[in-house]
Amino acid sequence: MKIQNPLQSPVFEGGDSWRPTAGLANLRLRAELLKKIRTFFELREVLEVDTPALSRAAATDRHLASFRVESATGTRFYLHTSPEFPMKRLLAAGAGDIWQLCKVFREGEAGRLHNPEFTLIEWYRLGFDPHRLMREVQELLAELLPAASSAAEYSTYREAFQRHAYLDPFNCGKQDCMRVLQISGRHVPAESDLDHDGWLDLVAGELVYPKLGRQGLSFIYDYPASQAALARVRAGDPAVAERFEAFFRGIELANGFHELLDAAEQRRRFQADRDYRRSHGLPEVPLDENLLTALESGLPDCAGVALGLDRVLMLAAGAHSLDEVIAFPSGRA
Amino acid sequence: MASYSTSEFRAGLKIIMDGDPYNIVENEFVKPGKGQAFNRVKIRNLRTGKVLDRNFKSGDAVEAADVSDMEFQYLYNDGEMWHFMNPENYEQLAADKTAMGDAGKWLKGEEVCIITLWNGRPLSVQAPVFATLKITHCEPGVRGDTVSGATKPATVETGATVQVPLFVNEGEIIKVDTRTGKYSARVKE
Repeated sequence: MKIQNPLQSPVFEGGDSWRPTAGLANLRLRAELLKKIRTFFELREVLEVDTPALSRAAATDRHLASFRVESATGTRFYLHTSPEFPMKRLLAAGAGDIWQLCKVFREGEAGRLHNPEFTLIEWYRLGFDPHRLMREVQELLAELLPAASSAAEYSTYREAFQRHAYLDPFNCGKQDCMRVLQISGRHVPAESDLDHDGWLDLVAGELVYPKLGRQGLSFIYDYPASQAALARVRAGDPAVAERFEAFFRGIELANGFHELLDAAEQRRRFQADRDYRRSHGLPEVPLDENLLTALESGLPDCAGVALGLDRVLMLAAGAHSLDEVIAFPSGRA
Repeated sequence: MASYSTSEFRAGLKIIMDGDPYNIVENEFVKPGKGQAFNRVKIRNLRTGKVLDRNFKSGDAVEAADVSDMEFQYLYNDGEMWHFMNPENYEQLAADKTAMGDAGKWLKGEEVCIITLWNGRPLSVQAPVFATLKITHCEPGVRGDTVSGATKPATVETGATVQVPLFVNEGEIIKVDTRTGKYSARVKE
């Protein structure tokens, strides 16, 4: 028996669906923030660059889905989920400090804090370590989001989990995650094939992240090595990924890396992601060989970060949902 | 078996959880930029009315509930069950006390009600928003008191009790909002 989903939204809703969901004041605020961002980077002598949104390769990240675009002649492209790969090629080509403002696309991400198409500010600083870059993120946000300009809080991923979830993320199992969720009265999904990082993400989303950045900004750094993505891993007990995120009022605003320079290690991670995708029935995507070759030719020591502009705008406008700051969210695009 | 993927979750969607039909009240997509996505939903049990919070790993599928709303005309109550008829095909069905909830308090006969059916069986019954009922008993009215806001209990012809303003008299006809059970207006015959 097939039940028609009665709530599937049609392409054209009629009535008022041609109108922007964001008010004019918020559209003006966006323009104002864009100006401030350009000034911020100009004063710091960071070069504004522009890289393609349409790429032959795609991110292999397990938790990102790329929109696929087929040309009439059968060439397959992907809309980028972030400008990271071509920006790193520019870094390897000697561009120096660079930044970019662009639209990125992530399939299946829609909700109060997600829109499949959103605006990212991404920048790379040569010779910076994550702490120096976190301070720069703090400086930029102080200009864009005055409410977040009071003293920021810095803690490791481990400290944040211990403080808010009473759990050591480096020494816990599925049972421990389930227990802390239960004790806190949260629902524990029953038949779930979540892996260890999946459980940590669930605990973080329920118990840790909502408590971050209540006053000023909150930075979390030193992630589990299994969540390194494109960050380098620092040996130790436990080894940690030199990765950070910024939160304000429980909302994730930025994600940064001390960038991985090792091309062979990068290839291994891409390959592991591909194996995961294959075994989990996720679409296979072509590796970015141009990026890997650029890494082989040498990426300068650097740290990079991506900041979600729509969320910053939402918080600056005192809005509750991205729809209030995006003129035409995907439902009306 | 029909199912919905979490990407189809929206307020109003009807799903089966642990064998019971539920209505999705709220759906929030939660995803760390570099991590696992979840759908955090508030669901209401359509049988018991109980509201629960549930986490689903995004991409998981959930059984769809065959729940629909249909109009039925109220016929009579046999002391245990309330009997209704589909005015289009004259098919009859009976709802028990649980499905009726408070709706039975406002029905005299022939009212068109909305019945929520699950696999063809009545899950809940909504009486028309306004019931027009005669007052069969109440204390005598206080003439001219249309402003004090004070109320008194009145029994209506269906046997239900409604708080009415002091100026309302026995034998008069009133309109009651069945969603709240509150007096709404006096009706001139």
